Amino acid sequence: MSEAAKTATAQVDLTKVKPYGDTLNDGMMETMFTLPVPYGEEANEAARQLVKKMGWEEPNVTYSHDMGNGYTFFVVYGKCQHTVDFTQIKVVKVDVEVMDRVECGEYIAENIGRPVVVVGASTGSDAHTVGIDAIINMKGFHGHFGLERFKNVEAYNLGSQVPNEELIAKAKEVNADAILVSQTVTQKDIHIINLTNMAELVEAEGIRDKILLCCGGPRISHELAQELGYDAGFGPHTYAEHVMSYIATEIVKRGWQKRPPLK
Amino acid sequence: MKSKLNLDPKVVESARNHARNIAHDMQDFIDRHTTVSTERTILRLLGVDGIDDVETPLPNVVVDHIKDAGGLPRGVAYWIGNAMIQTGLQPQELAEKVAAGELDLTKLPTATAKEAEEAIMPAVHEALHKIKAQTKKREEYLARLGEGRKPYLYVIVATGNIYEDVIQAQAAARQGADIIAVIRSTAQSLLDHVPYGPTTEGFGGTWATQENFRIMRKALDEVGEEIGKYIRLCNYSSGMCMPEIAAMGALERLDVMLNDAIYGILFRDINMQRTIVDQFMSRVIIGYCGIIFNSGEDNYLTTDDAYEAAHTVTASQFINEQFAVLANIQEWQMGLGHAFEMDPDIENGFLYELAQAVMAREIFPNASLKYMPPTKFMTGNIYKGHIQDALFNLVAVWSGQSLQLLGMLTEAVHTPHMQDRYLSIENANYIFNNCRDLGEEVEFKEGGIIQQRAQTVLAKADALLAEVEKEGLFSTIEQGKFGGVKRPRDGGKGLEGVCVKDDQYFNPFIPLMLGGAE
Repeated sequence: MSEAAKTATAQVDLTKVKPYGDTLNDGMMETMFTLPVPYGEEANEAARQLVKKMGWEEPNVTYSHDMGNGYTFFVVYGKCQHTVDFTQIKVVKVDVEVMDRVECGEYIAENIGRPVVVVGASTGSDAHTVGIDAIINMKGFHGHFGLERFKNVEAYNLGSQVPNEELIAKAKEVNADAILVSQTVTQKDIHIINLTNMAELVEAEGIRDKILLCCGGPRISHELAQELGYDAGFGPHTYAEHVMSYIATEIVKRGWQKRPPLK
Repeated sequence: MKSKLNLDPKVVESARNHARNIAHDMQDFIDRHTTVSTERTILRLLGVDGIDDVETPLPNVVVDHIKDAGGLPRGVAYWIGNAMIQTGLQPQELAEKVAAGELDLTKLPTATAKEAEEAIMPAVHEALHKIKAQTKKREEYLARLGEGRKPYLYVIVATGNIYEDVIQAQAAARQGADIIAVIRSTAQSLLDHVPYGPTTEGFGGTWATQENFRIMRKALDEVGEEIGKYIRLCNYSSGMCMPEIAAMGALERLDVMLNDAIYGILFRDINMQRTIVDQFMSRVIIGYCGIIFNSGEDNYLTTDDAYEAAHTVTASQFINEQFAVLANIQEWQMGLGHAFEMDPDIENGFLYELAQAVMAREIFPNASLKYMPPTKFMTGNIYKGHIQDALFNLVAVWSGQSLQLLGMLTEAVHTPHMQDRYLSIENANYIFNNCRDLGEEVEFKEGGIIQQRAQTVLAKADALLAEVEKEGLFSTIEQGKFGGVKRPRDGGKGLEGVCVKDDQYFNPFIPLMLGGAE
């Protein structure tokens, strides 16, 4: 009998964590993938060998299917042998106490004493507006109102396929505190290219130290944003209140209440 | 047919009348104007193709040349017809000479408009003949190989490399797909020219080029022969080059094209005057060659709330229908769009989606309704996503949709992988087969949630259309009544490409195509 099976109340060793199926440390994982090989017993064996190399024991191809042109699809279960040390994990996160919409409005009134101005767009070739609309537009997303609904916030949504230069020009025109760049398409790292271009332009305009540069999107993380020279990055499941909590807090932290105009 | 939703036929008729008046009102504007893209379309149909030494497409070179000389109000058909008389050259030869700087079309001696029209007619008929030959080929394929059952399974390929797209498309066809849509590289909608040649490095898709169309058409014909079923090809006749791409689609036998009378205005910020004129030419071509258009109503529901804004979808369907009627598009070619986009947390959301889908079918009984899958509330939880797609498929078979754009469990994660497409086809086939005649068996409770919902949405659509009719389509869009997006009449991209026709202007294709020539 294995170590784990002796007791149902085995303590988790956080320095050696592995997947959980129905018994602690059983290591159970599932994956699915396609190999460019014809369907058959050899294909299944190839899938088994592949996940063994990934550190899986007792791989079980529970399903495979002929994709029709020399490709085979697999669902595989197996037991992972690797562990991670959970006690050593460090994640870079936007470090801010999240306030709700009403609290944000009050916080700005009390601590900033003027409206917070934000401009945003889905820039470059990206045609997706869902992200920037979710953050800025009145109706927001999934019951979380957008910045247009916030008190003491002036928000401008320029839409999609906006050139980076145009968004920066708008930021200067309305004397924005923050620029929000939304990126949805990530094929061939086009978002990295575009976000880098934006960061460089803001720098070249000489306003990098006068404005908060933020990006967001389903594949954006705060860590990535920081690597690219942004102040903050907002990934999935972040809403307008997260973004504004960050911006308002940061303005106060930096003493930008009476910041001179950008122009 | 008795309405299962107990819809009042008088309200349907009223809504349709409003839409008819809206479209007719716009047609007066359309008839007075032309655009650079409409003119380039005429050139493409006349066989002008290729690029100059800085990769500007020859149709652009010629139209810009005429526009710069102030000749656009007369139309390129006149200038080309006239130049054919004066030089004895064919349109392609003329274009090459213009590109080489060896010819100024507007400085030649001028014949009358009637003479120019006569001179160009053989080339016009040759183009129509080519298109009709493609239409006939489609009919032959359909007769010989047959086609899938409706709802057609419609999947996308979007690798950015047309040759990789071919592999994915053929695999999808073998797995059961009926329609392959080749996704376009992002931002093509805003280019005021059509790129040239095959694409191997696009972003989020490939360029819609004539060469790409040709490559994919050939691949689908091949796989169609192999599996014994005609596979339809779809691309986008939208954006700044809407009519040019329709012409390319007609020449290369595309079967389905995304094409919406007002989508470009709302969602791509293309100038409204430009789009309205462009859509007419594109739709005349589509009507003529038997392409099914897909309108973009699903987009209202991703920008606006799908529950609250459902009536804008219905209103837009009526408008798209009536613009299509004016372009002589048959009902079966009308792929009016809608989508399964309500927040999955809404109580009874399925009932509301069902009401909307059944209503679309009842109002447009002969249209090839195009149903779009959930996207906005797909999360990366692929297991829940697969169930959302299953409910979407259930509504589709129940309500008798025609073109089913299959939802992908990995929506919001990446463009579809080969296995995602297989899983979505399996999902649809299972549900369509298992519930095939559900719609015939089930009636709805009188005055129940489903009936009431449909009646309310229809009434709101009728009221919106009445308002649009009163104020005019342009000013309604200026006020942001569609998709919650406001667009100024003189704003957006491409206005500089619109001009008023002079009294001798002619476009030889419009009357012939509307009349079903050849």
